[in-house]
Amino acid sequence: MGMTMTQKILAAHAGLESVQAGQLIEADLDLVLGNDITSPVAIHEIEKMNTEGVFHKDKIALVMDHFTPNKDIKSAQHCKCVREFACKHEITNYFDVGEMGIEHALLPEKGLTVAGDVIIGADSHTCTYGALGAFSTGVGSTDMAAGMATGKAWFKVPSAIKFVLTGKPAKWISGKDIILHIIGMIGVDGALYKSMEFVGDGIQYLSMDDRFTIANMAIEGGGKNGIFPVDEKCEEYMKAHSMREYKIYEADEDAVYDEEYTIDLSALKPTVAFPHLPENTKTIDEIDDIKIDQVVIGSCTNGRLEDLRIAAEILKGKKVAKGIRAIVIPATQQIYLDAMEAGYLRTFIEAGAIVSTPTCGPCLGGHMGILAEYERCVSTTNRNFVGRMGHVESEIYLASPAVAAASAITGKISGPDEV
Amino acid sequence: MKAACGTVFKYGDNVDTDVIIPARYLNSSDPKELALHCMEDIDKDFVKNVKIGDIMVATKNFGCGSSREHAPIAIKAAGVSCVIAETFARIFYRNAINIGLPIVECAEAAREIEAGDEVEVDFDTGVITDKTKGTKYQGQAFPEFMQKIIACEGLVNYINQK
Repeated sequence: MGMTMTQKILAAHAGLESVQAGQLIEADLDLVLGNDITSPVAIHEIEKMNTEGVFHKDKIALVMDHFTPNKDIKSAQHCKCVREFACKHEITNYFDVGEMGIEHALLPEKGLTVAGDVIIGADSHTCTYGALGAFSTGVGSTDMAAGMATGKAWFKVPSAIKFVLTGKPAKWISGKDIILHIIGMIGVDGALYKSMEFVGDGIQYLSMDDRFTIANMAIEGGGKNGIFPVDEKCEEYMKAHSMREYKIYEADEDAVYDEEYTIDLSALKPTVAFPHLPENTKTIDEIDDIKIDQVVIGSCTNGRLEDLRIAAEILKGKKVAKGIRAIVIPATQQIYLDAMEAGYLRTFIEAGAIVSTPTCGPCLGGHMGILAEYERCVSTTNRNFVGRMGHVESEIYLASPAVAAASAITGKISGPDEV
Repeated sequence: MKAACGTVFKYGDNVDTDVIIPARYLNSSDPKELALHCMEDIDKDFVKNVKIGDIMVATKNFGCGSSREHAPIAIKAAGVSCVIAETFARIFYRNAINIGLPIVECAEAAREIEAGDEVEVDFDTGVITDKTKGTKYQGQAFPEFMQKIIACEGLVNYINQK
């Protein structure tokens, strides 16, 4: 029986000729990731283990991105704990304020994730690296601890859903609209325990930043991972960012999929997920006047250079509506610098938006833009759960950078063609 | 493994880890502190009313969203002895086992059991008994290695004992 792309990567890392869905395997890990929220719990666990240290000091990445620059004393204590651990074990890829960025934008940029890798991270959006043709999935802190100690993790081999992307998306339609459309279609548990494998001639029109956004939100469809085939564009990206050798895996022609969906990208419209689930999607033409209080453009989903370019293109020469707080968060220091050199930061500031240092911040209601009771935010982040960005009676509308920027100008949920 | 027995707190579909333990409390990783805020964004009274041994029942996709292990840690530290759901989000499922919080998938039980029912869960057989209603359901029994992880209070102790 043929294997999916994910199954082939897992088989190779388990030292097996082949695997099938449902099989329990132990796989070698190429990278183990943690952040300032999940790593302290993992460090506490690893210190209880009868272990000499970590399995490989170059294959662990610790990124201080959630509550940094530290928002309070307790967060500072957490970062201190991770900093000391990184120092003690000489962890090569420890990223603190000054070097850090939002983990899932930072690691590909630093060349730490490449095609064919098996990666676990104590952060649910670890699935992002599937854009590069890697198997990557989110785990908790204890799995992270075991991974750091042993370099291995057990997995149940997932079955898969195939998403065939065809056609060329219209102007302003980005990876965010595509993944929100898919989640709206299958629901937040539509891909539970499964791989989401993206294929089709439409992929050639998607930038790497689009693909990172799509793979990033596989978890919002319940998926174990999301994965793209490796094409020229992907190889160019890896060569530009990484010295590591990569390995390209392709699904067998007779691979078995639980379900198959075909999505005509040329027919998609700007899409918004309404509170309080990412599956509550509407297209922009279905939305009445919804007044907002805040706009956030950033996060591991949409804080990359292309996201900022699109937002800047829409905001150029315009003003953020009176009473709207617009917060732009470049995801890494490099993106910040590139956006500065391209003039985007000037555009944002002149429009009346603020530009923050890289941080996950408001996405998870940490800091840098918390909502009050009954406030509404259009956000390029990934979750609109109850209380996610602040007060339990606040509301988050998930959208693309284009919709977020347009909404900042009008003060209500708006498509880019309205401004 | 000892059976769980307690009063039920009932929730619906897609209970996410942000409502189980909001991120504003994740500047702490102390189980006792986390337990004080468990479920507060969807059920303010949970922490006031939960007793040691009580059982949480929910329908589809329990524990979706963020990978924070603080979520099962908060539930366990609040005193809950078992979570029954129609389905669990996969990261939550792994995390619960890894920290030694028993969880059982059983669609029928998850749909029919109501808040306030007295329920018993036999982990060896997977049988769930609603004593209030007098009904029995067959949930999935844990494979032996998962029972051992839970009995050891989590993966780390289990690895150490191996």
